[in-house]
Order: sequence, then structure tokens, then C-alpha cells
Amino acid sequence: MQTNSYLVLLLLMVAAVGFAIGPLALAWVWAHFFSPRKPGKDKNAIYECGLESTGDAWIHFRSEYYLYGIIFLVFDVETIFLLPFAVAFTGLSVGAFVAMMVFLVLLVEGLVWAWRKGLLTWK
Amino acid sequence: MTDEGLKSELQKQGVYVTSLQELYNWGRANSVWPLTFGLACCAIEMIAASMARFDIARFGAEVFRPSPRQADLMIVAGTVTKKMAPLVVRLFNQMPEPKYVIAMGACAISGGPFKQGYNVLKGVDRYIPVDVVIPGCPPRPEALIHAIMTLQEKILNQKLTGPDRPRHLNAEVAGEYPVPTYGKHDLEPPNNPQIWQPPTIKR
Repeated sequence: MQTNSYLVLLLLMVAAVGFAIGPLALAWVWAHFFSPRKPGKDKNAIYECGLESTGDAWIHFRSEYYLYGIIFLVFDVETIFLLPFAVAFTGLSVGAFVAMMVFLVLLVEGLVWAWRKGLLTWK
Repeated sequence: MTDEGLKSELQKQGVYVTSLQELYNWGRANSVWPLTFGLACCAIEMIAASMARFDIARFGAEVFRPSPRQADLMIVAGTVTKKMAPLVVRLFNQMPEPKYVIAMGACAISGGPFKQGYNVLKGVDRYIPVDVVIPGCPPRPEALIHAIMTLQEKILNQKLTGPDRPRHLNAEVAGEYPVPTYGKHDLEPPNNPQIWQPPTIKR
């Protein structure tokens, strides 16, 4: 008898999904129909290692940190380019040197701009 | 299934019978998951008990849960200070039923060597119902294993119906115990009078 060779895969998939869903379904049935329910003020409270939780869960992060972080990241990446530049410095042509200086000036210009805007002062 | 003689007679013939209660209790007794929670040096012995040499995994109790929502057993391992007592009671309240407590070591039982201290709770049984107590300072891992076996025996013998059924199957019994607050000189109240009374002194 000729059977489809993909039938085994299908059966395996059905078994695998059943294996995953079966215990979850049993747990759901148990929780909804048989489990002893004893809710209370403490039990329904947020778990905070035994302490009572204080304050709001929805806190705001200051957007200034984002600008701070991005300036840091730019100069962090810059060091990756600076290191091979410094290692190969003696063998570089004048054109490569000028290109690197332009790159540095562009970045420093951005830093000066951010500084003048007052982004480096933490308010 | 109460006729033990008939049961063993059937077992000899290769017929095993059980009741729903036995099956339920057997399952519960062999997967007692403790809460990850240590207060003092007894916790070190508790950790040793969970490691390879003593291996409480043999008793199904190795899965130390990081959240009280998944734990069945609270091992009060160490000195309960008055600062810590409300947190211990709140953690116990946050555990789902059925839940059990092992008071491990002299400090958890009575305050131990720090009993005279102004800041030490003189026994965790003043606030939460303790099922098994282990003496020792600290108790060896074997003692903790013995306590878990004692607890398993207790779980296996619990009746699921009737007037003396356990707390979690009795809807009228509250599942939460009052959490003490920090008073001016002591915790308020200093004990839970529903579960603990000062012993009467006979002279």
C-alpha cells in the first residue's frame, strides 16, 4: 500500500501540538472547576518579595537620557574607526588623513552643537 | 478503600486498587515545591539538602520556586526577626492552597539562641500554622529530608472530605493570616491568638 510520506510528519505535528496543549488544557480545567479558591487581599497583591508594593508601575523615563545615550553611542562607534586609523597612521596617504580629519571634525561639530544646546547639562 | 487485608491480598494476585483520595494525596505528596527563601544559616543546610549529596529531588521537593505563586511549602530556615516577620506572613498569604510550613531550626521554632533578643520573633508559629518542626542549630540536611518525609506522611493521610478535612478544601476557613504591623515596641499584634496561645505555666 502506497502512503504519503508526509503523513508521518503530519502525525508527529499533531502529537507534538497535543503534547503541548494537553497539559495546559488540563491545568485550565483543573483551575476552573476543581482547584480550591481562596483569594484575598494579600494573595491578589503584587509580589514584591513580601513587601507591600508602593508607587505606580507606569513610571516615565526622561527623554534627555535618549539624547545623552545617542551622543555617547556616536563617540563609542568613532573609537572603532579611530583605532585602525591610529595603527596604520604611518603608512597612510595624505588623502586618507584628510578624510579621517573631516570625519572627526563632523563629529566634534555635532558635539559642540549639542553642548551649546545644553544637552550635556543634566537637568 | 479501607480493607487493608483485602488490598494486600489483591496485590499478591497482581491487582492494584486505589481510591481517588489516595491518588490525589500521592500526587501532592510527591511534588512538594518549596519557596526559595532563607533567613539565616539554616538556609545553608537547606541549600546543601537540595544539592547532589543529599538530593531532595528524590522526594520531589527540589524545585525551589522563585515566586510564592508556584510554591506549596515554606521552609522557614533561620531566625525570624521582627522586621522580617510581616514579610514572612505576607509571603505565606501569597502562596496558593494547599500550603505547608516547615519551621527549620531552633530560631524558627522558638527564637533559639536569640530568644532573649529584643528584635527576634520567638517562634514563627505565633503567626503562621507550622506543620513540621525540625530541632537543631542548624539541623543537618538529613533532618530536613526527614521533615519532608514527615510532611509527605501528613499529606498522604489527609482526608479530602468530612469535618476534619484540610484547610484548602474547607471554604469556610480563611486562607490568609493577619499580617502584623510594626508597633512602637513590638509587632502588633504580638501573636495571632487564633493559632497561638501563650503556654499556661504550671507551678
